[in-house]
Amino acid sequence: MAARVSRADFDISAEMAALIGGDTGIGGVALFVGKVRGEVNGEPLVSLTLEHYPEMTEAELERIEAEARERFALSASLIIHRVGELKPGDNIVLVIACAPHRQDAFAGAEFLMDYLKTRAPFWKKETLADGSSRWVDARESDEEAASTWVSTPP
Amino acid sequence: MTDTKTNAEVTLRYFAWLRERAGRGEERLKLPPDVLTVGDLLRWQAGRGHPFDQAFAKPEAIRVAIDHAHVKPTAAIGAAREIAFFPPVTGG
Repeated sequence: MAARVSRADFDISAEMAALIGGDTGIGGVALFVGKVRGEVNGEPLVSLTLEHYPEMTEAELERIEAEARERFALSASLIIHRVGELKPGDNIVLVIACAPHRQDAFAGAEFLMDYLKTRAPFWKKETLADGSSRWVDARESDEEAASTWVSTPP
Repeated sequence: MTDTKTNAEVTLRYFAWLRERAGRGEERLKLPPDVLTVGDLLRWQAGRGHPFDQAFAKPEAIRVAIDHAHVKPTAAIGAAREIAFFPPVTGG
């Protein structure tokens, strides 16, 4: 189980191989990559800047992973979240969940993403072609997605 | 309630648009003795004058963490060493 913040991009294949290691008990790996979209409400996006709260990020990502381990039979999991200035098409986040069977891998990866989106202290700022920039608003649908797990106890 | 030993300095931190509106990323200060909960602290911030009156005008849009863990407005400040203010998170 691991979580880290990175300014640099990640190598998905290398990360997956390192996470699995020699564990032949793993029968399924679910992987999610979040990426920067090139437009916002029809306007072209120039860059997306990610700010975070370093001391809290690490603690929160560890809490999220610990909760995922309680709920699902995960053999291994990984969260990498990028910070700094990103461009359209760049990777933002990588979540990998490994389990003996696919159900736990799929559900584990979805749970990690839903909780990360509502609890991990990251904030996005969009810069548009006209030079204007604005902080992204939190989406109620993200809060709803995370709260469905609350009504589904481990 | 003027015993400064029981009213220690605390670090306040600000992130995203709250950092921009507050005009700082962090500060250290002693909170007034009647600020006991997170809700009290949000009201106190809104009453500090410029630029905090603007930054804290909508307390329902602000989230708070004490010592790196999320807390609700009803939470006690207690012996907090670091209190952070930020908008709802938008990572992922």
